[in-house]
Amino acid sequence: MMSLDTLFAVPFVSGLLVAAALSAVGVLLRLRNEWLAALGFAHLAGASALIGLAIHVPAVFGATFGAATGAAVKTLGRFRGNTVYALMILAGWSVTLLVAANTALGSVIGHAMVEGQLYFAGLSHLTAAALLAAATVAGLYWLMPIVIRNRFFPGHDAANRVPAWRWHLAFDLLTALGMAVATATVGLMGAFALVFIPPWLAFRSAGNWKQALVISLSFATIGYVAAFLLALWLDQPFGPVLVALLLFAASVMQLRPRIA
Amino acid sequence: MPQPLLVANGLVTGYTEPVIGPLSFSIGPGEVVGLWGANGCGKSTLLRAIANKAQIFEGDLEQKPGLTLAWQMQQPVRLDEMPLNGHDYLRYAQASREPPPARMTPWLDRRIDTLSGGQFQLLAVWAILGGWPDLVLMDEPTNNLDPEGQQTLAEILKTERGMRAVLLVSHERSFLEQACDRVIEIE
Repeated sequence: MMSLDTLFAVPFVSGLLVAAALSAVGVLLRLRNEWLAALGFAHLAGASALIGLAIHVPAVFGATFGAATGAAVKTLGRFRGNTVYALMILAGWSVTLLVAANTALGSVIGHAMVEGQLYFAGLSHLTAAALLAAATVAGLYWLMPIVIRNRFFPGHDAANRVPAWRWHLAFDLLTALGMAVATATVGLMGAFALVFIPPWLAFRSAGNWKQALVISLSFATIGYVAAFLLALWLDQPFGPVLVALLLFAASVMQLRPRIA
Repeated sequence: MPQPLLVANGLVTGYTEPVIGPLSFSIGPGEVVGLWGANGCGKSTLLRAIANKAQIFEGDLEQKPGLTLAWQMQQPVRLDEMPLNGHDYLRYAQASREPPPARMTPWLDRRIDTLSGGQFQLLAVWAILGGWPDLVLMDEPTNNLDPEGQQTLAEILKTERGMRAVLLVSHERSFLEQACDRVIEIE
């Protein structure tokens, strides 16, 4: 039987790993002006998680499958920009609500996913979050220089006949994995807030790229820990508390002057 | 005689239909070659064809095997928010040559979205020239540059002679004459 400490330690560490990973991925998404991707993948993850549960597949695996499929379609279909993500959001939202409305389990899980019931995260979530963190560290070590160079010098790969689809797909899959694990762990809007708000703040206030990463990571993890404790103390659903706290903190910090 | 890096034979290139050509020319190692012509004659399209971004309708464009290219576009990518300073920008561009031109030194610690148009243009040019490609394609690099910036660019290009090949497109004939070994004129 798990102790009370273990009961909270597993969700806490799962969410912390997710928050750290998303804050780094989000910085690159913002640089690529593809932050809407996160919301698109999150909706697909939510829908496929519910469909997976209907056939007894754990939510974290179902979510990953749906988001990864979206990433593959986006890359191989050579979609660029935000239109494809808007379509993902609409499709994911529609399927999620239809599955939730027509199955008893779907209804319960659907609500949990929207509310971000982090405290129900178990060992499968922790395992997935650890894999995500490892994939993010390894993936970004390889991908970050390529993504940044191609953002500012977009003709480089074509001029040198380098097949760019490999790293496009790798980055999309990393984003999809991150949003899938995060959606199943901290809820749909909690995941989106972690990938959007910390990088937004970092882009405004950082003096250089390293600072941007540090600010995003620090803001996301500190905000996450504070939300975890606050939601527990106030007995509130985790997702809305996290979003409200990040928004409030970001608003306060935005009042500070920008670093030149 | 060293093998040319790039040889065009009767090249006709464009997008959905031909824009420029037929053209025949070659670029050897270490040459700084200017490409001059009136606005709209297809100079940028020729660079895009070399960079594999335009279609070849007729003729050949042969590259030396293993040729590495850098391509400076007419308008450098400039985002509303860019949390990179000049050092970051050069590092991710793989512009590792030291030292950068002295005029740029004060800008390198600043965020690149705080630079003026001319400062950013010169930084973007050095980001391309400061790496180690065999052939550099430059499209109107004097855009946004004041006379002092143009002079700095001409001096940088003079130092490139013999080191690497540069194909430079500009509508400013006097600048090409000043900076290049030879100028190809497109009618």
